[in-house]
Amino acid sequence: MTDTVLLTASDLSKVFNRRMIFRGISFTVSARETLLITGRNGSGKSTIVKMLAGLLTPTVGTVTLALGGRAEGERHAMNFGLVSPYLQMYDEFSAEENIRFAFSIRGLKPDEDRIAGLLALVGLGARKQDPVRTYSSGMKQRVKYAFALAHRPPVLMLDEPMANLDSDGTTMVQGVMADQQTRGILVVATNDLGDVERYDKQVNLNDVPRS
Amino acid sequence: MTAWLRSVISIYRKDWHSELRTRYAISALLMFVVTTISIILFSLGSEEAPPDVLSGMLWVVVFFGAMSGLSRTFVTEEERGTSMTLQLLTSPGAIYFGKLLFNLVLVFGLNAVTISLYAIVINGFVIRTMSIFLVAVVLGSVGFAAAATIIAAIIARASTKGTLYPVLSFPILLPLLLTVINATRLASEGAFFSEAVGEFQLLISYIVVVVTASTMVFEYVWKD
Repeated sequence: MTDTVLLTASDLSKVFNRRMIFRGISFTVSARETLLITGRNGSGKSTIVKMLAGLLTPTVGTVTLALGGRAEGERHAMNFGLVSPYLQMYDEFSAEENIRFAFSIRGLKPDEDRIAGLLALVGLGARKQDPVRTYSSGMKQRVKYAFALAHRPPVLMLDEPMANLDSDGTTMVQGVMADQQTRGILVVATNDLGDVERYDKQVNLNDVPRS
Repeated sequence: MTAWLRSVISIYRKDWHSELRTRYAISALLMFVVTTISIILFSLGSEEAPPDVLSGMLWVVVFFGAMSGLSRTFVTEEERGTSMTLQLLTSPGAIYFGKLLFNLVLVFGLNAVTISLYAIVINGFVIRTMSIFLVAVVLGSVGFAAAATIIAAIIARASTKGTLYPVLSFPILLPLLLTVINATRLASEGAFFSEAVGEFQLLISYIVVVVTASTMVFEYVWKD
């Protein structure tokens, strides 16, 4: 299925409180391609990510996701995995319970082996039953990765992917990104331009019109 | 079980697990019910109020009790910043019906506690036609939960949600309250079941209208 995934943004514009954040943004990303969204603070990186995930409606323009040549309608958002600072976990529940919710609320049967594998991947196996509110900010970021990857999304979007992570966490994220590049679409929104050449396409929001 | 139904039940179960750990809504509901019934008890003293007054007061307790707890299902999602997480996981329809199911169970629990306490401590509250009363309580509870759920979704993003919830709920719940109070009065006066059929038809119509309208507007209320 992920061989024929196609994410298309056409002429995206967003206005907040009569202020044009950006306009006329278009791009297409297909399977095994990576997209970097960059720009200064307040340029609209997170806004575009939210639009792509179906969490925010563009003022003008459309976002479409096609899987196997067929456009996804209502299930649009469920084909995405998203890690971002504004996406919160249920902190009265443990990491394990949060991942189980990620399955069941999507309408999938929780896969215990997959849950154990994800907890091991993000390095939270030893603390899997502690409430998320007792975690450090870096550990919470790791839970977000397990949550986003649970359903093996065709499109993985990472907004500030390395936020709050230590060196082990950074290595883990690089592994996740490399894996996603082999099987689907990877979209990264960041100001950290350390490794620009790894991305196939770029949207630089410093260059887009705002009037 | 379809994916949609599994999603609805999962949201309901998540909210219950969350409620059992945090006790936000249950504590607020119970405290309010006990306090209000105590005040009514002290106000009445040893006097016996007529059935129509006692019927009205029962539903006043239910209304304000519900107002203190039923908005939590959406307000907590907003306050913790998990609304977006939920949006990413499933369709707006599944979220609405999952939350409605949670509020339904909460209202039935609230009504069971309120009516039991009220019947035990309030002098002169007697139900002579139990069938009318039971149908009125069931339909009234469903109507309460349906209206409270969509209103909670609407006010969840407002900065003054505490005051906005009862203010916005009152005009929407007024037709339901008047009908259910009338049905309770008929039950306490010992009317025949056939005399209350008109009230039940009104309650069923109210539920159908509220649930249908909520299903249509929820996506726009819930998303940006």
